[in-house]
Amino acid sequence: MKFTLSWLKDHLDTDEPLEKLADKLTMIGLEVENIEDKAKALKPFTIAKVISAEQHPNADRLRVCMVDTGDGGAPVQVVCGAPNARAGLVSVFSPPGTYIPGKDITLGVGTIRGVESRGMLCSAAELHISNDHDGIMELPADAPIGAGYAEWAALGDPVIEINLTPNRQDCTGVHGIARDLAAADMGKFKDPSIKPIKGEFPCPVKVTVEDAALCPGFALRLVRGVKNGPSPEWLQKRLTAIGLRPINALVDITNFMTYDRARPLHVFDARKVKGNLVVRRARDGEALLALDGRAYNLDPSICVIADEHGVESLAGIMGGEASGCDENTTDVLIESALWNEINIAQTGRKLGINSDARYRFERGVDPAFMVPGLELATKLVMELCGGTPSENVVVGKAFGDDRVIDFPVTEVKRLSGIEVPQVEMKRILSHLGFMVAGPGPVVKVAVPSWRSDVHGKADIVEEVVRIYGVDKVPMTPFERGEDARKSVLTPLQLRTRRARRALASRGMVEAVTWSFITKPAAQLFGGGQRELEVANPIAADLSDMRPSLLPGLVAAAQANADRGFGDVVLFEVGQIFKGDRPQDQFMAASGVRRGLASSEGSGRHWSSSAQADVFDAKADALAVLAAVGAPMQALQIVAGGPGWLHPGRSGTIQIGPQNVLGHFGEMHPRALEALGADGPLMVFEVTLDRIPEAKKKATRAKPLIELSAFQPVSRDFAFIVDRAVKAGDIVRAAQGVDKKLITGVNVFDVYEGKGIDDGKKSIGIAVTIQPREKTLTDQEIEAVAAKIVAEVTKKTGGTLRA
Amino acid sequence: MSDLATLETSILDQIAATGDEAALESVRVAALGKKGSISALLATLGKMSPDERKTQGAAINQAKDKVTEALAARRDVLKSAALDARLASETVDVTLPLRDAPTDAGRIHPLSQVWDELTTIFADMGFSVAEGPDIETDDYNFTKLNFPEGHPAREMHDTFFFHPKEDGSRMLLRTHTSPVQVRTMLTQKPPIRVICPGRTYRIDSDATHTPQFHQVEGLVIDKHSHLGHLKWILHEFCKAFFEVDHLNMRFRPSFFPFTEPSLEVDLQCRRDKNEIRFGEGEDWMEILGCGMVHPNVLRACGIDPDEYQGFAWGMGIDRIAMLKYGIADLRQLFDSDVRWLNHYGFKPLEVPTLAGGLSS
Repeated sequence: MKFTLSWLKDHLDTDEPLEKLADKLTMIGLEVENIEDKAKALKPFTIAKVISAEQHPNADRLRVCMVDTGDGGAPVQVVCGAPNARAGLVSVFSPPGTYIPGKDITLGVGTIRGVESRGMLCSAAELHISNDHDGIMELPADAPIGAGYAEWAALGDPVIEINLTPNRQDCTGVHGIARDLAAADMGKFKDPSIKPIKGEFPCPVKVTVEDAALCPGFALRLVRGVKNGPSPEWLQKRLTAIGLRPINALVDITNFMTYDRARPLHVFDARKVKGNLVVRRARDGEALLALDGRAYNLDPSICVIADEHGVESLAGIMGGEASGCDENTTDVLIESALWNEINIAQTGRKLGINSDARYRFERGVDPAFMVPGLELATKLVMELCGGTPSENVVVGKAFGDDRVIDFPVTEVKRLSGIEVPQVEMKRILSHLGFMVAGPGPVVKVAVPSWRSDVHGKADIVEEVVRIYGVDKVPMTPFERGEDARKSVLTPLQLRTRRARRALASRGMVEAVTWSFITKPAAQLFGGGQRELEVANPIAADLSDMRPSLLPGLVAAAQANADRGFGDVVLFEVGQIFKGDRPQDQFMAASGVRRGLASSEGSGRHWSSSAQADVFDAKADALAVLAAVGAPMQALQIVAGGPGWLHPGRSGTIQIGPQNVLGHFGEMHPRALEALGADGPLMVFEVTLDRIPEAKKKATRAKPLIELSAFQPVSRDFAFIVDRAVKAGDIVRAAQGVDKKLITGVNVFDVYEGKGIDDGKKSIGIAVTIQPREKTLTDQEIEAVAAKIVAEVTKKTGGTLRA
Repeated sequence: MSDLATLETSILDQIAATGDEAALESVRVAALGKKGSISALLATLGKMSPDERKTQGAAINQAKDKVTEALAARRDVLKSAALDARLASETVDVTLPLRDAPTDAGRIHPLSQVWDELTTIFADMGFSVAEGPDIETDDYNFTKLNFPEGHPAREMHDTFFFHPKEDGSRMLLRTHTSPVQVRTMLTQKPPIRVICPGRTYRIDSDATHTPQFHQVEGLVIDKHSHLGHLKWILHEFCKAFFEVDHLNMRFRPSFFPFTEPSLEVDLQCRRDKNEIRFGEGEDWMEILGCGMVHPNVLRACGIDPDEYQGFAWGMGIDRIAMLKYGIADLRQLFDSDVRWLNHYGFKPLEVPTLAGGLSS
């Protein structure tokens, strides 16, 4: 919402300086976004007269002008390139040191092709007041030489722009803004009553409203014998200042009323309207060429005003070209109506029209001002264009609903913490147009018709507090309460936090990628369902909610490789989506290692330069699980994984087949190809939600430690097994022999090749035996060893290596 | 010189001349071994007369002791020299550069770090952390938050929708974290004190907007909390978060459908080229929106607005992260460029704590 200071002063009697008014506007909720003060910016530009303009000795296109700047001194020499620079021309001059807004430079004394130039004659574009840069400005011959240009041209009226919140439709007009300022002690509100203008004859055009829900009220009047032409200078200046283009007096009056009183109107050229007017839904196939020069195809969701020709206007949004007013208009129909806010918003969105009328109607205009607005418009038409008015035709309601709120005055203190004297509350509310009745403690507050945003007690508190001053609300310490200090995070939040630190501690770098990915990528990872497809994606490649973090991480790794950083290791801990219900959203932790980004570190190094491999990914996955408190003893590692992993170089981490916690492995080359990435890539993904929660312990104390007095014994075994036998099975078999005595089984050697038959491999395990009650005799140890050999043989078909 | 003295001198000379322990051992064997020269002398004692044996025996034993001593001393010298030689041969180039320690190479994303900072501050004030799903219903994202159907306020949120279901309803991506307020109020009894950090979505993309971003919402519901408490909490939070001793904050009236009265909060700041300093300067920077929870929202969540009251606020996590850590372009947060992540990220052991300072 834009307006000028002098426009505001039409409605507010004030001597307050602009800065103070602007600060106050912001502090009462009408946030000032910008103040354009041309008088300030253009102060150094003065009116000057060109005394002589001679051809520049060294340049065909330049002239050397002697300029009378009106300061009483000698004429100033200026080199000028404008084709219209000529002796006798009155134009605008800027001395050296002036900042030229249109060029974003500060002028100096220059020498142009050998001739000194002490200033500049300016075009309108250089002053940023129009796009006109065809030569320097030409002012009337009688313009006062030496005077400030901005002042003379009446550019001195600062333009204030406020960032209006959608609840304040009353402030879409200057009148409403002035009311707020007056309530905030910034001056006296000028609110003269609007006198009805007596109609001289019945309005010949009848109005039928087919659907009162779309059009609660409609007022119309004919003014005959008007003379339409350019509007007077004061009106043109107002509109120009806020960026509107003056068109003709009748149209300018409607625009003026829109900004002055938040009352959009429409004017029809009565001679172009055939028959009576009907407010109705558009019919399929109807179209309208609107005043913006564009044709719109209509449908029954759109409310229109039609005559016997058909649709003449898009109700509350924009008029039609065919019935618009121009210089030849002699009879004008003025329409002041009320429209359904939601329908206006929907229509505006559907047709893509952002008009000043739509902006106000979708916020809801003051219903009680429908007829007074018509009267005021009639008065302006008669003043500017003459003519004889008809009587008003009014259909539907011309007033709003009465809203009276029972307001306990203590509500202000209860919600805001400020003590506002009751007299002051009453003063503020009355100034804003509310009527306050009763002595309290519960008063009756009647809400003015223009405040459709005020419905309840809290709204009244807001009115009082914003005008009284939010800065007066006392900062009040907030007691944290007596609750014990304990973790405020849910188990999943704690896991998320720990997962991040655990992975970063492994030298991995955390990325945050998009929640949406391409459909093919989503499908590759088991997603891509219709319920997870965004209906209105911002880009085609951000179309589906991710079922996994890996597509994003793989793309990120590739992007880094493309930038020359191929040995990259990234992780992400974030949400993934398996469906659209809350319980279908999971928290995953995933990582990707590329190139020489192994657990040892990234890149080539004298100590080792290993390619990242499956076991790095496995280590990452297990590190996360350990860090977040997964039951590590219960985890099973099963060979193989989903289709996007290399079938022979992947594993699944589970606690039984029903609870899969995650996967790790090398990305399948086909999956990489589908994702447009080069490999190999080592990846993992675990789902943090799937980890069973540890039992809550009654005490923080750890169980007593049992420190054995007896030395542990270690025995090594080497088994020859089929190549397909899993080392994990051998370890499990050995461990199972005696869970009490055997405290550790470690694979220390894996060997295939010379000395071992084809299709076989040798696995060396070291078994730690921890005696509990006494030192074991050799026989006892041998007995355990024999059981281990027997058990491994039984479970894996292996034989002890000779 | 007697034969014995000659022998002794000769052996001692041989000991001194040995270069390694093996040579020393042969000297020892030659002298003291079973067939050694001194052992041979000792063997002659048996054939001597008692007097002769007495004198000769003492002399031979004396020589033997001397030799034994010399052998031990020489052995120590040789052992030490051998160790020195071995150590000299084991020298490595300690200037060879190492890889960065993993705890030095790893990085936490600035958003995660700020997330932890926020939680730390608000936990200290007695807030717990609530979360909700990214895919929400229209009811929780808008209707229960007092956004009337078709109201222009809904348009302030450019919403991502999913396809309509058979019953005509359609899910959406939450446009703010406020639906978590609704979920919290529907499932918990007051008093309520929670913060709700989370990912949010709007159709927007430029240097200051990305289609996904992050917000943290705060909610207090009890029987007495008012705007004054809200101001205090936000003031304390901003001081703690930006780690400054004092801050000037400006609260100004604004509009949000779900709060009444509604306020926006600006921080006084000075903008230099790449840095924003709070607590000084002439500029104001908008940082968050807040207000008293609208009675309609309380009612929609089954809470009586005449008995309970409270406030809520919401701010952009991305935005405050950028302000605090001098990040210029929002989009880079989601670019996963390792150069950027290494620069703006945090080391894993830099865990924000109140005792140790949030960021030091």
